Amino acid sequence: MSTQLPFLAEMDWHQVWYLISRPDNVPIVLLLILCPFYVWLAFREARKNDNLIAQLEADPELAKTHHRTTYPYKKGWPKTVQVWPHLLKREFLAMVIVTIILIIWSICLDAPLEDPANPNLTMNPSKAPWYFLGLQELLVYFDPWIAGVVLPSIILLGLMAIPYIDVNPRGNGYYTWKQRKFAIGTFLFGFLVMWVLLVIIGTFIRGPGWLWFNPGETWDHHRVDHQFNRDLHEFFGIEGTWPVFFFGLGFISICAGAIGGVTHACIKKMMPDMLKRMSFLQYQVTMQLWIMMMLVLVKIILRLTFVVKNVWVTPWFNV
Amino acid sequence: MTDTDTNKPDQEEGNKGGLFTTLRSKVKSPSELNKELKETVLWKSIFRHKLDGSPRNRSLAVLSNVFLHLHPARINRDAVRYNFTWGMGGITFYLFVNLTLTGTLLMFYFHPSKGEAYRDIMFLQYDVPFGNLLRNMHRWGAHAMVITTWLHMVRVFMTGSYKPPREFNWNIGVLLLLFTMLLSFTGYLLPDDQLGFWAVTVGTNMARATPILGHEGPFGPELGFTAFNDVRFALLGGSVVDANALLRAYIWHCIAIPILASVLMIVHFWRVRKDGAISGPAPVMLESEAARK
Ligand code: HEM
Repeated sequence: MSTQLPFLAEMDWHQVWYLISRPDNVPIVLLLILCPFYVWLAFREARKNDNLIAQLEADPELAKTHHRTTYPYKKGWPKTVQVWPHLLKREFLAMVIVTIILIIWSICLDAPLEDPANPNLTMNPSKAPWYFLGLQELLVYFDPWIAGVVLPSIILLGLMAIPYIDVNPRGNGYYTWKQRKFAIGTFLFGFLVMWVLLVIIGTFIRGPGWLWFNPGETWDHHRVDHQFNRDLHEFFGIEGTWPVFFFGLGFISICAGAIGGVTHACIKKMMPDMLKRMSFLQYQVTMQLWIMMMLVLVKIILRLTFVVKNVWVTPWFNV
Repeated sequence: MTDTDTNKPDQEEGNKGGLFTTLRSKVKSPSELNKELKETVLWKSIFRHKLDGSPRNRSLAVLSNVFLHLHPARINRDAVRYNFTWGMGGITFYLFVNLTLTGTLLMFYFHPSKGEAYRDIMFLQYDVPFGNLLRNMHRWGAHAMVITTWLHMVRVFMTGSYKPPREFNWNIGVLLLLFTMLLSFTGYLLPDDQLGFWAVTVGTNMARATPILGHEGPFGPELGFTAFNDVRFALLGGSVVDANALLRAYIWHCIAIPILASVLMIVHFWRVRKDGAISGPAPVMLESEAARK
């Protein structure tokens, strides 16, 4: 095994085990299992429905009489069932299962308790609770006012805007992929990559000094960051407050324009009815949110590949 | 000896009017008892209808019970499937109830002040009967609730359940998501250990940089904000994470946010009912029908 996969032999398994067995990291291990499982489940149901939709599209006569779900149904069966016992028994079962899991988990694993709080002894790395590590990871790429305040606010407002900008009438109350590709693709990208993946990086990859440690790399507390951070304009040798200001603004505008343009072209070609349904405002908000998410991704990539610190430097703030 | 003892009643059975027979005739069978119990004033004062399998009484079982009446009497026959809802919203709520119970018990042992807080946690872990289990259940329940809230949101998205008429309830949900995470976060500081201290230090340091309201944020200093009057100071009750921050976290964690979250949950569940019960599994829509909308 290790001769075929030499990197496995080189991995520091103690370090790996240390990280995944930290009591407060165990929930993320759980998340790592549950997320793929439920995404798979949703797509399995979606495929069934999509097949049914295709079948009914092809056969309008059948569509008139079909009950339109993938679940068994016979003529004469009532469309509803009584909550007692059909729903309540399932709720009860779920309660029992959750209780058992919680008790076993609590018997087997103790909640962490470190030394008493000591402001003079900095924990290295100091990490927020795992569900905020995505935001903490964003601190690598952005100044705190963006990572800690602006982006979380935009995430919340963006989530709240979803029902008002997604005007696609299809897929209301059933799983589907083919009828909602843009909505589902965007949401899952945002959730799985821009949130869960960042949480995982923040938890398992970031070590002392918030430096990048590959999985299995020993956490070296004395490692110094020799990376030479540069602002984007320095790559191009631009100097002076205003040239630098307009360079950054221009770069961001060009990126935003390119992302927006390509997306718009794709939508126009592949989803013309999406354009038709949306008001100007709805389309603008959708595009702005989409472009912003992609710009964050661009910055992350620029930072991780070219060690770019800031893209836009101004006398008041940096982005 | 046992033989004679057990034989005795048999011998007496022929003896008409004997003590044993008299007693036996007075003892009622369980089903008779059950019947009589249900005729009593006491029983009738508590339960207002019969508990049999008739559709009417099954509906009444749900509708006349304050805890169950959040449910309708009947629902979409396929909505009960785990495949559809994953039971996620319900599990999230169940975890919240669990956390409220274990949290209340923890409060009996906890003083939110420097020095005492950490000692109380040690005390819970090593001295209080089942204290360690209690603390663990509260901790892991909280983590689990964050995960199930996320997954519930994913399921609601994937079934398109935020679409009309449920737009507003999705928004209530987003607020619940925020409050669930804040609830967990404020609890993190309470043991007053290194983990919580530094997590909250890192977390609230971001508040320094709030635009306009933070003393290190864009336009903050220009507006006169310092480390002693900005938004971070308001959160911590000071310029560093200390006794006041502990007390504030405690009050947010044990009183303010649970109340806010409970109110939002009440609205959330009410809206699920008012928006016509949960969204599906709904009949699939064909392209030609979508075009007409
Ligand atoms: C503390 C957190 C939450 C609790 C306790 C909760 C509870 C519930 C419950 C019990 C239901 C009934 C159906 C089901 O079990 O799936 C439900 C439905 C719903 N929830 Fe939540 N929820 C929470 C958070 C959220 C979040 C974060 C969102 C979205 C951002 C959300 C949006 C909705 C919507 C739109 C429905 C209607 C679903 C449908 O009709 O199919 N909820 N919620």
